[in-house]
Amino acid sequence: MELNLMVAGFGGQGVMMIGKLLSQATCDSTDYNVTFYPSYGAQQRGGTANCYVVISDREVGSPKPNIVDQLIVMNDVSMVKFRTNVQSGGIIFTNSSLVKSGAERDDVAVVPIPVTEMAMELGSLKVLNIVMLGAYIGYTGLIDENLVLDCILRLLGKKPEFIELNKKAFAMGLDAGKKVKAA
Amino acid sequence: MSNKVFMKGCEAIAEAAVRAGCRFYAGYPITPQNEIPEYMARRLPQVGGAFVQGESEVASINMVYGAGAGGTRSMTSSSSVGISLKSEGISYCAGAKVPMVYVNMQRGGPGVGTIQAAQQDYFQATKASGNGGFRMIVLAPSTVQEAVDMTYQAFDLAERDRSPVLILGDGVIGTIMEPVVLPEMKSDEEVAALKAKNREWAIVGHGRDEKRGYIQPGYWSNDMQEQHCRNLEAMYERWEQNDVQVEELFLEDAEMVFVAYGTSARIAKNALEMLRAEGHKVGMIRPKTLYPFPSKAFDHINYDTCKCVLDIEMSIPAQMVYDVRMAVKGRCPVDTCLRSGGNLIERDNILGKAREILTGGAN
Repeated sequence: MELNLMVAGFGGQGVMMIGKLLSQATCDSTDYNVTFYPSYGAQQRGGTANCYVVISDREVGSPKPNIVDQLIVMNDVSMVKFRTNVQSGGIIFTNSSLVKSGAERDDVAVVPIPVTEMAMELGSLKVLNIVMLGAYIGYTGLIDENLVLDCILRLLGKKPEFIELNKKAFAMGLDAGKKVKAA
Repeated sequence: MSNKVFMKGCEAIAEAAVRAGCRFYAGYPITPQNEIPEYMARRLPQVGGAFVQGESEVASINMVYGAGAGGTRSMTSSSSVGISLKSEGISYCAGAKVPMVYVNMQRGGPGVGTIQAAQQDYFQATKASGNGGFRMIVLAPSTVQEAVDMTYQAFDLAERDRSPVLILGDGVIGTIMEPVVLPEMKSDEEVAALKAKNREWAIVGHGRDEKRGYIQPGYWSNDMQEQHCRNLEAMYERWEQNDVQVEELFLEDAEMVFVAYGTSARIAKNALEMLRAEGHKVGMIRPKTLYPFPSKAFDHINYDTCKCVLDIEMSIPAQMVYDVRMAVKGRCPVDTCLRSGGNLIERDNILGKAREILTGGAN
């Protein structure tokens, strides 16, 4: 078993945190090998940001694979730039509030979740990444949702006022992901 | 595996150093190793240690030279161009037999290079880390776990030999997060006992009747300097006998043997697994110490079956290949598979090159 995931978007959208939470939850709850690799460089708020998560039952080779099984894109630029990097049969999760371009290929599944609008509904754009993480877990069932939620609350729960908001955001995403999967 | 934690390479290295008894760190910021000083700034005061952000790399290495001369387990870290700035001080530590550990998270190319991962500092690490022809034990971790284990061990090696030890990583090892089991924290008593043992040579303030500590980076007498160089040479020979660390895979039946270290090695190992699943008999030598280089491992290759030894590095031009050729001693052709400039080597680069050689015959 080996799963390669890339998360890409604007700096400030919490792109790194999606990858970090997912890999942390994998480390905490499974015996799989897992790597989290943040791309680094001259990034800034509004610039591009991306990271990679590799989960494997063997030693992880490259933590920055050139072809991935799954891609999460939080903005349109990332969709256009990275849609060709997805393995045939893979999945692209899109923030459909901002991603207007299509995959332009029919050998991958596209899971559109309007996370920017959903986060605005909750009253804070800050949690759009948590909505997306929820949707990803809801669709893939990769890790037990309660374990991921524990991880979110542990890593982001330092400010009590955000606990409820994060819980709501995760539940909202989870629900949306499950609905797309069932459809 | 309940005691595993998920940590970034740089932070895991810093924590391992603290657990090994490191109580002094001085450094100057540079990507991709900033999380080491950042972590140390927070962590060292908690254990009664001292952290200094020096005004420059030159200042930092000389602070480490001073702290090490006082018998405290000391450390610095930097990246490529910053290591060049530190090289005079590193040479002083080697010449004056001051133990210390330093980390180089390599970047891509000469000058400032790129800040992404590469392996362009092999020569600097193993052949000329400063003036004077000294050598050091150079440890090259391939995973965060190995980086932790090697850092922990590095302080013991440095103190045993009174010599600098280098951990040679890159931007991948420094920035990835991986599950890791941390080594045991040395108690305050253990750390104090280690320091007390250094009293026989360290500058700690000796009494009138005691043999005094003496740290000198050179000698006034040519004969004394020559003898010093001979003593160092004898130490390097002991390392070659006792301190080589290497991983060898499938050498007995290999038609092709990969040689790779650090980040390149984990990708090469992945390619090896795929090739073996296809029926290609590929073996691998992964040097864990780049100095002393595991030359003897190359005697375990079956040269009746081996068509080619493939040196895989994130360096252009290749650097480790010189040590590989010396170890192969002409017994089969040596080829290279290279990426650099901050571009990670891809599994497909290795698979392509290997298949070309395996199906087309040796070059």
